Amino acid sequence: MKISNRLTTRLTIAAACGALALTSMMGGSTTFAAPAAVKAEPVSPGGPAMVRRLTPSQYQQIISDVFGPDIKLGGRFEPDVRKDGLLAVGTSGISVSISGLAQYDTMARTIASQVVDEQHRAALIPCKPANTRQPDEACARQFLEKAGRMLYRRPLTQQELQLRVAAAGEAATTLKNFYSGLSLSLAGMLSSSQFLFRHEMSEADPENPGMRRLDSYSKAQRLSFFLWNTAPDSALLAAAESGEIQTKKGLEKQVTRMLASPRLEDGVRAFFTDMLEFDRFANFAKDPQIYPKFTGAAADDAQEQTLRTIVDQVLTQNGDYRDLFTTRKTFLTPLLGSLYSVPVAKVTANGAPDQWTPYEYPEGDPRGVGILTQASFVALHSHPGRSSPTVRGKAVREVLLCQRVPDPPGNVAFNVVQDTADPVYKTARARLKAHATEAMCTGCHKITDPIGLAMENFDSAAGFRTRENGETIDTTGDLNGKKYNDAIGLGQAIHDDPATASCLVNKLFAYASGRTATRAEREWMAFMVKGFADGGYRIPSLMRQISTSDAFYRVKDQAEETKAADASAAEKK
Amino acid sequence: MSAVSKLASRRRVLRGMLGGTAVTVGLPFLDGFLNENGTALAATGQALPACFGTWFQGLGLNPGYWEPKKVGADYEVTHQLKPLAKFRDKINVYSGMRVFLDGHPPKVHNTGAVAITSGGIPEEPKAFPSVDSLIADHIGTRTRFRSLEVSCNGTRETYSRRSASAVNPSDTSPLSVYARIFGPDFKDPNAAEFTPDAAVMARKSVLSAFKEERASLVQDLGASDKARIDEYFTALRELESQLALELEKPAPLAACTKASGPEEIHAGLVIDDIVANNKLFSKLIAHALACGQTRVVNLLFDGASGNCRRPASPVTFHIHTHEEPVDPAIGYQPNVHWFMETCLTGLATYLTELNNVREGDKTLLDRIVIMFGTDTGFAKFHSLENIPMFTFGGGRIIKTGIHVAAHGDTTSRVGLTVQQALGVPTSHWGTESNRTAKTITEVMV
Repeated sequence: MKISNRLTTRLTIAAACGALALTSMMGGSTTFAAPAAVKAEPVSPGGPAMVRRLTPSQYQQIISDVFGPDIKLGGRFEPDVRKDGLLAVGTSGISVSISGLAQYDTMARTIASQVVDEQHRAALIPCKPANTRQPDEACARQFLEKAGRMLYRRPLTQQELQLRVAAAGEAATTLKNFYSGLSLSLAGMLSSSQFLFRHEMSEADPENPGMRRLDSYSKAQRLSFFLWNTAPDSALLAAAESGEIQTKKGLEKQVTRMLASPRLEDGVRAFFTDMLEFDRFANFAKDPQIYPKFTGAAADDAQEQTLRTIVDQVLTQNGDYRDLFTTRKTFLTPLLGSLYSVPVAKVTANGAPDQWTPYEYPEGDPRGVGILTQASFVALHSHPGRSSPTVRGKAVREVLLCQRVPDPPGNVAFNVVQDTADPVYKTARARLKAHATEAMCTGCHKITDPIGLAMENFDSAAGFRTRENGETIDTTGDLNGKKYNDAIGLGQAIHDDPATASCLVNKLFAYASGRTATRAEREWMAFMVKGFADGGYRIPSLMRQISTSDAFYRVKDQAEETKAADASAAEKK
Repeated sequence: MSAVSKLASRRRVLRGMLGGTAVTVGLPFLDGFLNENGTALAATGQALPACFGTWFQGLGLNPGYWEPKKVGADYEVTHQLKPLAKFRDKINVYSGMRVFLDGHPPKVHNTGAVAITSGGIPEEPKAFPSVDSLIADHIGTRTRFRSLEVSCNGTRETYSRRSASAVNPSDTSPLSVYARIFGPDFKDPNAAEFTPDAAVMARKSVLSAFKEERASLVQDLGASDKARIDEYFTALRELESQLALELEKPAPLAACTKASGPEEIHAGLVIDDIVANNKLFSKLIAHALACGQTRVVNLLFDGASGNCRRPASPVTFHIHTHEEPVDPAIGYQPNVHWFMETCLTGLATYLTELNNVREGDKTLLDRIVIMFGTDTGFAKFHSLENIPMFTFGGGRIIKTGIHVAAHGDTTSRVGLTVQQALGVPTSHWGTESNRTAKTITEVMV
């Protein structure tokens, strides 16, 4: 299949889904439609145009979209950096080191050589060279122009295209092979900064004199990576090219189409994978001698369980985001079943085991507290060999409520805290209580431990327990004044805490724009938070609200800012 | 003729030679293989290149048990340095050094590690270049790899960075490091025949074309984004010059033998795995250095937070440091001591591998200076005083076998000294109170 055909197919699927969604919208069932009457949003100053490095999953998805899912990457990525709780924000601050570029270069050549190999060239290269042992400028141009538009998320300039074509020609001459030359030129493009970084550009905003906005291709990019975690498709690029995307109606049309696409699930998964810090599973291991059930496969299943729970709740059901901390519904594999001591034995009609089974915990079961008591949370936020109420409490504060917990001070004696064999302090609560007699520790432990202790029914590998060292575990606690007896109560308290919803809005905005909202954007953020609440805490409608807002694409003039900073510095002198 | 123009003319020579058949090209030795002091290369009479390394192990050592009493040469081997006893004459001990906080909030474990390896405490999100990257800028530009970073604990932890946005991540797999160094692109420096690779030449010319685009990309960027894009283009230029090197016949290195491919073993935080990976990496690094593939190596045994642990034990080294009581009979924490001893035994394995490579009357260990890195002087309290500092090897470059006792000086003195020893033209290093111009003259040749 040629690139264009492949894209056409993708679009056809997308259009079909769009049509379905529209139908259901008219039927009044679950839709991701815009709220009926929206008050005008407060004016926001916007932020800078960003330069963000592609994440590994974005890189992978673009290659799969443009060249097909069977293309192997064959390399590894430079690690991302988490900033303000998100890797997405970290992408605005990282560059590429020499060893990182060497890796990108290896990957680029592996990918490019597959694209031109005999198995793929007929499908992916829209022309044949006159002589395979010689350069063919016209054919190289045709391919590089098409591929370049998708990879760079904009059409190549004439000069850029000319450079790529010339490089392909020179390499083909040296290597006496058209395809080898083309492959190297494509590899160069995949290693170039225009591909590896999302460069955003701004332009004057004709509708708001004196203000700037993202140019249409940058706008398309921001939108597409936000909603789909990949580069814009051909239709979105066309809307950028025609300028349609810069009109309110045109933008809404694209957003509606994108929210109705099955690709929205990729976007939602990418956001929660980032927010819930699943990247940490890469360097994560449970001691196999203590927790023989918690294998690498179980860790993979644990992440997938949570993502399935989320997708079901926020997309399939189009439900309230906050119910993720109370829902008894989830999905299990036999492996997870053994971890949680839940029998999962469902088989399909033909007798083959069904890998993922929907499961609903009975009412009052402390294992059924949404994503909170799933292994992806309680096991990830633990020590390798034992649970940690402090680590879990800190994770709830920082990951789910956007509240910063300070680092521990120096000169602390931890002797009693984690000695699980201590005959006097049998439970984590008793050990922490003894530790928190130190005045300088009490302050912080007060804000973490009452949360984490409610999850003490779950050991370091998410196994359920009611006793530790023979003593019954006490799971009472309180969150910001709201008291509870166990994890179920904690889940409800998180559900009801206003910080839960506002944290999500702040994180989603930061994820989408690559930076945390500034003080000057507070009013606008508050408006977004209110919109989220008014819309029933539905994530797709929040995504619509953000992605159709002017503020999301507004660019603060950096030159103006620099001048202002210079002026104020001069004044101080 | 400048280095650049020399390269250019060499390239033209090679371009003419590319006909697909093997040719023996008698190109001059690379500049990078010429020692500034002009000492003789063991086998051929040419100079051997000086190298630099870092060794990192978290959580420091036990105060009072690693510092010798005797200052100067012939210091006694202390209780904690026993695993390294046979290398005493190749080790310099620097006691009494510290990191100054200057009012920065201490990020436990991280602050010390960053300050020791990069000479100060940066305000987030900024970062200073680490000592190895400064040295690599000076000596690493004419080798296939500017530097190598490996970690034995399965994580990609590293303290090697050029800036906050350009970190050199560690490779965790000996097999993948082997493939990078000794895979198909490896050119044996002692091979009689040398065929410049047409594919490498083609790759190089494609990459060169992309350099031109820098100007148009950075014109509208703010300062920090511009710096990031410049870092990318720096990396691109380095990649290009590495490819240029692959087109040249490497200088012969008598001690070079190709390493054999290691088995892939489990990488993780269990101490046995760390020890096993360290052994494989030590061997690989010795071969890579002996074959002139790089001149700067960063080996991380375990990171500053010391998350390694014994198999089946839930208690990490880190947790032991905070929880374990000091045994009054022996005066230190016994489990903590065991972990430290295991780390130092791993270090001895590394030094042994380097020392086993004979180069005339000396060894490979004599032409590499390895700087010790850790994060604290006493992990139990995250202390930043009396931080254990050492250099290992490098007898061709500095004086060795010396104990230097400082009195509360910044650890940056060691970083400054190794930079100067490796020829970096700098008179001072570090920031705020961790800035110093005081070279450790006792060890300078």
